[in-house]
Amino acid sequence: MTANGSQQSWVLRQVRPLGGDAVDVLLADGVVAAWRPPGSTSPDSEGLPPGTTILDAAGLIMLPGLVDLHTHLREPGREDAETVESGTRAAALGGYTTVFAMANTNPVADTAGVVEQVWRLGLDAGHCDVRPVGAVTVGLAGERLAELGAMATSAAEVRVFSDDGHCVSDALLMRRALEYVKAFGGVIAQHAEEPRLTAGAQMNEGVMAARLGLPGWPAVAEEAIIARDALLAGHVGSRLHVCHVSTAGSVELIRWAKAKGWQVTAEVTPHHLLLTDDLISSFDPVYKVNPPLRTAADVAALRAGLADGTIDCVATDHAPHALEDKETEWAAARPGMLGLQTALSVVMETMVIPGHLDWAGVADRMALAPARIGGLPRPAAEGWSSIAVGAPATVTLLDPSPWRVVEADTLASRSRNTPYAGRSLPGAIRATFLRGRPTVLDGKVV
Amino acid sequence: MKGHLLSTEDLSRDDALVVLDTAERMARVAEASVRKLPTLRGRTVVNLFFEDSTRTRTSFEVAAKRLSADVINFSARGSSVSKGESLKDTAQTLEAMGADAVVCRHPASGAPHRLATWVRGSVVNAGDGTHEHPTQALLDAFTMRRRLGRVDGLAVTIVGDVLHSRVARSNVWLLTTLGASVTVVAPPTLLPLGVSSWPVEVSYDLDAVLPKSDVVMMLRVQRERMSAAFFPTEREYSRRYGLDVDRAATLPEHALVMHPGPMVRGMEIASAVADSARSTVVEQVANGVSVRMAVLYLLLGGSGEVS
Repeated sequence: MTANGSQQSWVLRQVRPLGGDAVDVLLADGVVAAWRPPGSTSPDSEGLPPGTTILDAAGLIMLPGLVDLHTHLREPGREDAETVESGTRAAALGGYTTVFAMANTNPVADTAGVVEQVWRLGLDAGHCDVRPVGAVTVGLAGERLAELGAMATSAAEVRVFSDDGHCVSDALLMRRALEYVKAFGGVIAQHAEEPRLTAGAQMNEGVMAARLGLPGWPAVAEEAIIARDALLAGHVGSRLHVCHVSTAGSVELIRWAKAKGWQVTAEVTPHHLLLTDDLISSFDPVYKVNPPLRTAADVAALRAGLADGTIDCVATDHAPHALEDKETEWAAARPGMLGLQTALSVVMETMVIPGHLDWAGVADRMALAPARIGGLPRPAAEGWSSIAVGAPATVTLLDPSPWRVVEADTLASRSRNTPYAGRSLPGAIRATFLRGRPTVLDGKVV
Repeated sequence: MKGHLLSTEDLSRDDALVVLDTAERMARVAEASVRKLPTLRGRTVVNLFFEDSTRTRTSFEVAAKRLSADVINFSARGSSVSKGESLKDTAQTLEAMGADAVVCRHPASGAPHRLATWVRGSVVNAGDGTHEHPTQALLDAFTMRRRLGRVDGLAVTIVGDVLHSRVARSNVWLLTTLGASVTVVAPPTLLPLGVSSWPVEVSYDLDAVLPKSDVVMMLRVQRERMSAAFFPTEREYSRRYGLDVDRAATLPEHALVMHPGPMVRGMEIASAVADSARSTVVEQVANGVSVRMAVLYLLLGGSGEVS
């Protein structure tokens, strides 16, 4: 199977695009070639390219291939926790066709060399497109700008820059970064955390932290940076993206910034849509994540914000960690959770089943909006049309009916730190296609 | 009481009373001519201390030895832990040695909870980070009961660095479970933000609370808190929240002054108050042994009569 016209063609028989009426969809030459009447296609139907495979997709929902703006692939540096290959394998199984690989590797992705390395590893693995994120500052140290332009013009064509894991807390440096990336259509994705307010912080500051005697990570540490950065972005007319929004106050601030007409976008993680800080009473570090799990009121505000578009998209913050970095006392554990293979299920449980989003809304929040924010080439980002005739055949097929119990050992990641182990989640990815080529079929990596 | 003693928050009133009643019987052993019981003969108690605490470790050691248990002191400082061995490795080592009980002191909140998932023996939390110190609260309640005849209905005032105090947390849960009404007094910077959810009264004014207190429990305030701007100077803290002689004089006549130790004399408590007749500081140490004997006895299901 190659990218040219010789690749195999597929008919997705009786698939439901965006959960709508069933239709037969022909994928050929890497694009959505035709929509045909539901159930009308058989192997000897006219107009099919030779060797077309008919896939019984009855009951399956077709979505544009999901795009994750926030993935930690850990390579180079922590290949024991994840590699580009294993992480993108998990991505494909989760319905993703593009992941943005965060820069906090070792060495840090702060040069053209490192981002090109990650990009090439993604190409070699072939499970999905890998778009490296470049560091904003050299070594994520927050002191001087990395060569953002060199990364932008490299083969990796970096457009998203982030010191994720660290906040660009220096106001002047943040202003300069926002301004500078305008030259090549870049965006600064900020990890909003005022470091002076979170020194030693271990969990959300509030009722649970008071009980458990764990140093608090106050909501204001996130909100103060979001407010400042929104003002800066408005002042210099630049694009700001806020990573992993976790508090009700942050949602309000982003709503305010958008009302001002400023170019501010935001993401929320699946775990912040579902889990709350009372889980930490077990002291099990599988629930340790940064920003921390918050309260039920925050969860409700995040869901409402995602529903009304204040929060533009869902991003996993997939953060694999080796067992020894999680099987420890709470304070010694590293923060982060796996997310790629459970994201769509969590969004289904928290947004679709309660009626906050329909499937077109899911397609927007998990594929089209992140593609736009990340500067992916059109037409992947052209709204609904991304699964219409002529669009790239970059789609995923979800079976919405089953509930499955998450088992950490069966995930494709090299790590096991899923907070959902033992929990039942709805939906299962059956197939994923990347420009007409299946990366997942029958729930398994091709 | 079954399994582990990790916190007082999940300790029922009945279980707490059983510990206190058992401790009462253990105290009589200490007063006898032969201060040793054979009940835990052949059992192994490991003192696993990741933090220096001579007084707590010694207290547990004396308690275990008075019950005839074999005691291993595993001081994590200077051992393999400082060479990068994890808590889990240590747990597996203790498991292999056949520890029946592990008494754990750790600088990280929740470490004994983790340990309890990795070992078969009983885990006793001997102080974890800024979370809990259940045996300290039990010995405090025991001391109150011995001196004042009851805990139920007492007005207990806890003063000082509540934010960072495991003693305060354990006492808040235990004393309210036992029917006391608890007031915490501190500068607002040294109270957790979530304190409003606790079953306590909160006050910033020590002078207003003291005349209504049956017990005032002073917490240690570490000098290094100043560097993080929790309060401006040691002198200012002492003026506003220290228990000096004049303040102690406003307490009701029967009121007790308690301190979990180690004290910073002249900071949170004046020497003359710490050494006064209403002070239970030394008694608390003695009672600590009785309470820890009771806890080990109950957790390890000691055999034989305690009389």
